[in-house]
Amino acid sequence: MSTVAELKDKLNVELDAEGFLVNPDDWTPEIAEILAKEEGIEELTDRHWQVINFVRDYFKEHGEPPTLRAITKRSGVPTKELYQLFPKGPAKKVARIAGLGKPKGCI
Amino acid sequence: MAEEEKTRTLAIICSKGSLDMAYPGLVLANAARMLGIEVKLFFTFWGMDIITKSKVDHLKVTPVGNPAMHMPNLVGVIPGTTDLATAMMKKSLDKIDMPPVSEFLEMIHDAGAEIYACRMAADMMNLNRKDLVNEVDDIVGAMEFLEMTEGAQMLFI
Repeated sequence: MSTVAELKDKLNVELDAEGFLVNPDDWTPEIAEILAKEEGIEELTDRHWQVINFVRDYFKEHGEPPTLRAITKRSGVPTKELYQLFPKGPAKKVARIAGLGKPKGCI
Repeated sequence: MAEEEKTRTLAIICSKGSLDMAYPGLVLANAARMLGIEVKLFFTFWGMDIITKSKVDHLKVTPVGNPAMHMPNLVGVIPGTTDLATAMMKKSLDKIDMPPVSEFLEMIHDAGAEIYACRMAADMMNLNRKDLVNEVDDIVGAMEFLEMTEGAQMLFI
């Protein structure tokens, strides 16, 4: 796992102290692949991308990231599978890989 | 992002069965799972209502003796006040996208939270496994629950 400083050099984008993208517009699919590896997800499958694309589209539309509940209700990926796709803490992992800030929602 | 893999476990004891006391435990359990924290919930005494099939969709918030309602207790005893307060609370919860309790249980269980019913409370209230919602993993005694949550952070609600 790289430090935030190493990642900054590698990705050439601005990251916050916890390694989240500061500017969501800097995001690219390649950055998502690299951040996913950092989060212990070796390969992003179509199902991963279904979640990531939903989250990015939602953010574009609403100006804030969706809650996990909104993701499981509307992306077509149910709760159980979401926790399998992004194990050990899907809230932060999904947001980070999708290039958004740390989530603040409670649900 | 932590260098070493350490598992944090949260044990939540839910002992109250009113609508307003059901949510704190469920919200915390869900938040913990979203962060990758292991969660074990133990429902006991009136908390059993939250996981009892015939009760889970009929939990109420009672204005009487509830200082958060900001109304005189005398008003609270007027017939219909409890139903009104319950309906209002359900509406507010829905507005912030909080699921109803039965759906919330399903959600946290799908998210990996373990749900246990208290053996003593079940015996006391004559409740069997079939009386409890499907998400209940087991009916266990207090000692057993304490054993399986050794080292966990404990919350009593």
